Amino acid sequence: MAPVRMESVQAVVAHIQALSGSHEEVADLHSLLKQSEGALRSRAARLGPFLHQLDPSAHTLGYLFLLEAYSSRPISREQDEKFLPFIAGFINSCSAEQIRLAPEKFISVCKSFKDQVMQLQVPIQGITPLRTAIRKLQTSSEQLTTLHSDYLLLCLLAKFYKAGLSILDDDIFEVDQPRDHFLYCYYGGMINIGLKRFRKALECLHNVVTAPMDALSVIAVEAYKKYILVSLILNGQVPPFPKYTSSTAQRNLKRHTQPYIDLANCYATGTFSELEACIQTNLEKFQSDSNVGLVKQVLSSLYKHNIQRLTQTYLTLSLQDIANAAQLKTPNDAEMHVLQMIQDGEISASINQKDGMASFYEDPEQYKTCGMIGPIDSFIQRLMELSKKLSSLDEQISCDLAHLTRIRKELPRLD
Amino acid sequence: MDGGDEGVVVAPMGDESMCSNGGAVDDPRRPPASSGKAAAGGGEQMDLEAYVALYTGRTRVSRLLFIAERCGNEGMQLEALRMAHDEIKKGEDSHLYREVIAKIGGRLGPLYALDQTWVDMVDRRAEARKEKLENELNSYKTNLIKESIRMGFNDLADFFYAHGQLGDAFKNFVRTRDYCTSSKHISQMCLNVILVGIELGQFMHVSNYVSKAEQAPEQVDPVTHSKLRCAAGLAYLETKKYKLAARKFLETGPELGNNYTDVIAQQDVATYGGLCALASFDRTELKNKVIDNINFRNFLELVPEVRELINDFYASRYASCLEYLENLKPNLLLDIHLHDHVETLYTDIRHKAIIQYTHPFISVDLHTMAGAFKTSVAGLEKELEALITDDKIQARIDSHNKILYARHADQRNATFQRVLQTGVEFERDVRAMLMRANLIKQESILRAARKL
Repeated sequence: MAPVRMESVQAVVAHIQALSGSHEEVADLHSLLKQSEGALRSRAARLGPFLHQLDPSAHTLGYLFLLEAYSSRPISREQDEKFLPFIAGFINSCSAEQIRLAPEKFISVCKSFKDQVMQLQVPIQGITPLRTAIRKLQTSSEQLTTLHSDYLLLCLLAKFYKAGLSILDDDIFEVDQPRDHFLYCYYGGMINIGLKRFRKALECLHNVVTAPMDALSVIAVEAYKKYILVSLILNGQVPPFPKYTSSTAQRNLKRHTQPYIDLANCYATGTFSELEACIQTNLEKFQSDSNVGLVKQVLSSLYKHNIQRLTQTYLTLSLQDIANAAQLKTPNDAEMHVLQMIQDGEISASINQKDGMASFYEDPEQYKTCGMIGPIDSFIQRLMELSKKLSSLDEQISCDLAHLTRIRKELPRLD
Repeated sequence: MDGGDEGVVVAPMGDESMCSNGGAVDDPRRPPASSGKAAAGGGEQMDLEAYVALYTGRTRVSRLLFIAERCGNEGMQLEALRMAHDEIKKGEDSHLYREVIAKIGGRLGPLYALDQTWVDMVDRRAEARKEKLENELNSYKTNLIKESIRMGFNDLADFFYAHGQLGDAFKNFVRTRDYCTSSKHISQMCLNVILVGIELGQFMHVSNYVSKAEQAPEQVDPVTHSKLRCAAGLAYLETKKYKLAARKFLETGPELGNNYTDVIAQQDVATYGGLCALASFDRTELKNKVIDNINFRNFLELVPEVRELINDFYASRYASCLEYLENLKPNLLLDIHLHDHVETLYTDIRHKAIIQYTHPFISVDLHTMAGAFKTSVAGLEKELEALITDDKIQARIDSHNKILYARHADQRNATFQRVLQTGVEFERDVRAMLMRANLIKQESILRAARKL
């Protein structure tokens, strides 16, 4: 395409306006724009007025190239404030089809948007635009984009955990960058911890710890620390590494998380004072990891687990005995704890204040109601979907050329 | 060990109840066999002379020294040391002699001070004998007569054994292995090695050589057979495999008699076998293999306490059973082989008793039960709690009314719960698996791209 020598930005803008109609036109425009990338970048500072000549929804691709060049230059603070709504507006109105032609440009725009939001310390302003951006960039809800982790980071910084859920509840199976996956799961774990959805949090952190890795990353180490704490809060013990964990992780993680391992060992003894002493000795470490909040929750979960164990063995037990068994100071403390646990649905029990007795009941769920059948049915459907996916993946792999060649190479050795 | 010694013994014991026990070994009313383990009252101490009379050889000394170390009672300690001293003087182990003298530390008067002339004499004689034996062995070796070489090694090993050099004795006994020509020799060799192995506390070797001896092509004679059973039982006991130990002791034949007293007495077979069986067998096994076992009954007759307590256990008279056990305990703690295992075996037996007690009932009154087990209600509650937590008893405690209710798991609910639980786990695992598969795929694509 020799004749198109993008001498001036004006010419580029004219091309954009002319070539944003059909599918083929946009493809042509894409290659034109790629050629003029350098020119655009060199004139980055003067691109502002030209942007106004374009319509972000119709001329998305061109707009994106200009915007990317424009936002890649250093921006002063007062410009920033105007700039933010500007990008947000673009993200809102751009055409999803066109941005997917140049995803790296779009990601770069969104990244600089995120950086500025963080610089200005208004993470909450970035949440909605980034969510829209993710949805527009994704080809399916199973795809993990680089923007996912940025979005979750903003949610965390804004302490607006609920917003993170809309993204976290998607099942992610397609990953382009392993690093994205690590960050996504780690932040996801933290958001779930923030919402006290420990089961989900454990799942996320578990994914980080057991993900295949050649070298140990800081993300994995931090995730394992939180994994230990959440496991203790939820289950009262830390499970050993499953055998599919990478050998790197199995060999090295424990070495980097000694205070946490000690904590778990202390927890296993079930004595409150020892656990407290263990926390005190390692307090500095926990503080520097900013896990003190979680550690405190671990401490109070010890009461819960002790009381829960009592429900397995006793039908009735005096509050005094509960206090003794759970190492609480007074029967009143015990009453408060039991009450709290009844409220949270963690145990089924009733308190008889006259005799100072607590009665524990079996799980009242009889699995006989329609309310139960519904969820079970949908659960079954979900599992069937999953196994279909699994078998299709299996098929894919067994037909995969690279896999087959490798197997063939290894066969003689196996014989 | 007569009147003269008696005076020395009684003096340091002062007014302790033990002093009248000195001559109990001659007491016609109690057959010496059973009095060894007898403890009529809880506080009464064991009768050392009767106990030691059950054994011969080195084990006599080791057992006495063990008791001296563990009994924590000066009178008894000195008595044990005195007897050990007398026993050693009959032998030739000067090293052990010095050790015992050091332990006595002059507390038994001038008769039990270091006898240097004796030591020198023994040492001199040993030196000469060792040289002679080695020369003999060398000449046998040059002549290449298998049988003589074997005898030579055996003599040398016997010599080392008598002088307390157990490691060397062990080596030489093992060396005879290459020169064994008949299965009799092999079983002889194995028994020798086992004997030293037990003395050394190396039970790995013991079980090794037991299986070697049992593999012998020809049938071993019943005495050897019984000896091997005992040795295997001891080895299993030492490795805490109580069930297997019990089986071995129970298979021991009455031919054992007093043939293996340099290792184990018949009374010990009954006690070890009985306790291990109680701790590890279920009811039917207990009935078939212990109570109805005619061979083993002979052993049990020697230790009526153990026989009684097994019968009590089977007949669910737990209070009396536990009482017998309590009475036996101080003596068992002084047993060279059983001492480490007494606590474990006792807890196991107690747990078994509690489980058996609760098994047939829908509800049990804790007061009655505490009475049956001679313990307090609070203590019983703790024990039950531990057992329920370990899922050994399916029941729950009504602490308010002090009643234990059996818990009949609702199969349907439990199944639902389990299914849902499995489903959740399955979902989680599959998801994680798909994710990992994709990550690996991505990585291999990246790697391939890099290669191109």
